[in-house]
Amino acid sequence: MGFDYEKYIRPGKLPHIWCPGCGHGIVMKGLIRAIDALALDRDMTAIVSGIGCASRLPGYLDFCTLHTTHGRGVAFATGIKMAKPGMNVICVGGDGDGVAIGGNHFIHACRRNIDMTYLIMNNHIYGMTGGQFSPTTPFGARASTTPYGNPDPPFDIARLAIGAGATFVARGTAFHASQIDKLLVEAIRHKGFSVVEILDSCPTTFGRKNKFKSVIEMMNHLKEIAVPVAAADKMSAEQLQGKVLTGVLHREDKPEYVEEYGRLVERVRESMEG
Amino acid sequence: MEKKQPKIEINEKYCKGCRICVEFCPTKVFEMRGFVASVKNPEACIACMQCELRCPDFAVTVTL
Amino acid sequence: MSNKVAFLQGNEACAHGAIYAGCRFFAGYPITPSTEVAEVLSNELPRVGGAFIQMEDEIAAMAAVIGASLTGMKALTATSGPGFSLKQENIGYACITEVPCVIINVMRGGPSTGMPTGPSQSDVMQAKWGTHGDHPAICLVPASVQELFTETVRAFNLAEKYRTPVTVMPDEIVGHMRERIVFPEPGELEVINRTLPSVGPGEYKPYDTRFGDVPPLASFGSGYRFHVTGLNKAEDGFPTTRADLVQAEEERQVRKVEKAIDDIVTYEEYLLDDAEIAVVAFGAISRSARFAVNEARKRGIRAGLFRIITYWPFPERQIRALGQRVKAIITPEMNLGMTIHEVRRCVEGRAPVSGIFRVDGEPINPAQILAGIQEVR
Ligand SMILES: Cc1ncc(C[n+]2csc(CCOP(=O)(O)OP(=O)(O)O)c2C)c(N)n1
Ligand code: SF4
Ligand code: SF4
Ligand code: SF4
Ligand SMILES: [Mg+2]
Repeated sequence: MGFDYEKYIRPGKLPHIWCPGCGHGIVMKGLIRAIDALALDRDMTAIVSGIGCASRLPGYLDFCTLHTTHGRGVAFATGIKMAKPGMNVICVGGDGDGVAIGGNHFIHACRRNIDMTYLIMNNHIYGMTGGQFSPTTPFGARASTTPYGNPDPPFDIARLAIGAGATFVARGTAFHASQIDKLLVEAIRHKGFSVVEILDSCPTTFGRKNKFKSVIEMMNHLKEIAVPVAAADKMSAEQLQGKVLTGVLHREDKPEYVEEYGRLVERVRESMEG
Repeated sequence: MEKKQPKIEINEKYCKGCRICVEFCPTKVFEMRGFVASVKNPEACIACMQCELRCPDFAVTVTL
Repeated sequence: MSNKVAFLQGNEACAHGAIYAGCRFFAGYPITPSTEVAEVLSNELPRVGGAFIQMEDEIAAMAAVIGASLTGMKALTATSGPGFSLKQENIGYACITEVPCVIINVMRGGPSTGMPTGPSQSDVMQAKWGTHGDHPAICLVPASVQELFTETVRAFNLAEKYRTPVTVMPDEIVGHMRERIVFPEPGELEVINRTLPSVGPGEYKPYDTRFGDVPPLASFGSGYRFHVTGLNKAEDGFPTTRADLVQAEEERQVRKVEKAIDDIVTYEEYLLDDAEIAVVAFGAISRSARFAVNEARKRGIRAGLFRIITYWPFPERQIRALGQRVKAIITPEMNLGMTIHEVRRCVEGRAPVSGIFRVDGEPINPAQILAGIQEVR
């Protein structure tokens, strides 16, 4: 039997709204497989998002789901996790949602090292609003608001996350579909703030504006640029030009926020009794 | 022992015709029929599962 | 058994009122003149097993409060002018998703940074119209330290009862003044909790109107799985663009508060029975007004005070009746004229309404109001 995705999908919600070839569907399947592999208790799992095409993901899944305001998913998720530490919290969203309007919440969640997983579907564009450039649109690329090429330098989301203090950071691509669930399994298992960036495809806006004839070329591009971290060690700087590292990029153990707060509460209450 | 033939199914209600399965199947099992993908050479399948993993629309199922 | 008495600042009383009401979660961002609410709760919440978090900004604080409330916890945030502006989008989110929560906005001068330490009453319109789209609004404007305590408790009660955000807006004077407060004993004040679903998870819908205009709200992590979105949604919580469903849901959300107006609206009438001149005031300025009314009476002028306690929904019926009884109405307020428009709308020309407005960071004093009363006499 193939994988039974529909077990996790709310009845009647498919087909989804995403365009033909939109990588968000591939990523959602990876998330479902990861949740299945971990056998997460559905009643105790919250999936939270902001606004954007990517952020429509939670509506499809049969969990406690929260589709919030643009960029603020991580902040809502922080409230859930603080109020109910027993819940598994997974936050999802796009590149614009996560590192433009939501950038402040993102770096502070990294800093706090609060135990949740943030899955960013990075298609390098604002898909939902029709293809304006995002903070990850490559320099020089075309978008509906960069008709002469993008003058902005892009963010490297994974490096941003590491710099801000996230304790697990991984990157994959929509082409390398079988890796997505594996990265997410590790991320969700990790105690602390884990970030998984999946390089994704938006054939409708980014592809069309940047001379990708179809999603096939976009997928081939992802295939070409991805270099597993292990392989990168053996490559020269020249060979790594234009490449993107994939796999688990960073992992460390640091005190987790909610647990630390729990200890603080215990300490205070003990001193009250004493 | 005889190799069991994988069963490949396409849910035409979900398929949006992106051609990912057609282009990336290593043994060219699929073809486009109008706006949706269809199975042309099921016997060529080597059960790599990539089509099922990569279909963005939950339309391909490979049963071993 | 006698109640505990203390000498507290308004903001401190507010924090203690929240704890009394069962609030166990606070998220905020420091801003004058509301910061003491956060400071007291950072101390008190761990002691009662609750959670306090200082977020990266007010937008995040509002978001975290809504997230926490969805797990069934009573949740609070506190802010002032600029922070209240930042919260507006997520306040709208709490309105449309019908998630109970309480926002304290200690009013300071504005717009923008304005006068951070100066008192003001200029956010009352923002409390109703601040977030975009049609939505219900409940806003309470206490006038004393004791009342800031009890109104905070009432704010939680209303939020839980009507599944909606409730704003408590002391002006900076009320937030910062120190007064004697008598702590209510547990059980002395009513504490209301949200209605939980009576149906099982299989049958549950987050906006199920079979249970009336305020449908029960399940908690995340309690066995109920449902979807919450800021998009227009149907009874099952999923987005819809079906015209009839959108219209019905929007109307219900506004109606649930409008039709409960008699349960929500509170006010105080002082010497109004035989009054010819009514002063309509709230917050710190109502204290000046009471003084002015007493002074006017001493001078043989039949003046009275209508003190607004619930600003939204506005006490329309009461103000309309007042307009029929008195010869003139005066609205002293620390803004350039906001309440005056509401009062004029209600009295529909039956009585002349004049205002005394001040935005220089000084309270309107009794002498000014007395002069106003003498002028319209
Ligand atoms: C406060 C606010 N500003 C702007 C928007 C408009 N908006 C909706 S989605 C979006 C961008 C989404 O881009 P991204 O997060 O990358 O997701 P994608 O659609 O590419 O998956 C924008 C700008 C909004 N909904 N709210
Ligand atoms: S616009 Fe782009 S991101 Fe949005 S659904 Fe279409 S392909 Fe996906
Ligand atoms: S990958 Fe899926 S949606 Fe795309 S053509 Fe094949 S079956 Fe259809
Ligand atoms: S399982 Fe592999 S070989 Fe078989 S049809 Fe799918 S992609 Fe082709
Ligand atoms: Mg995007």
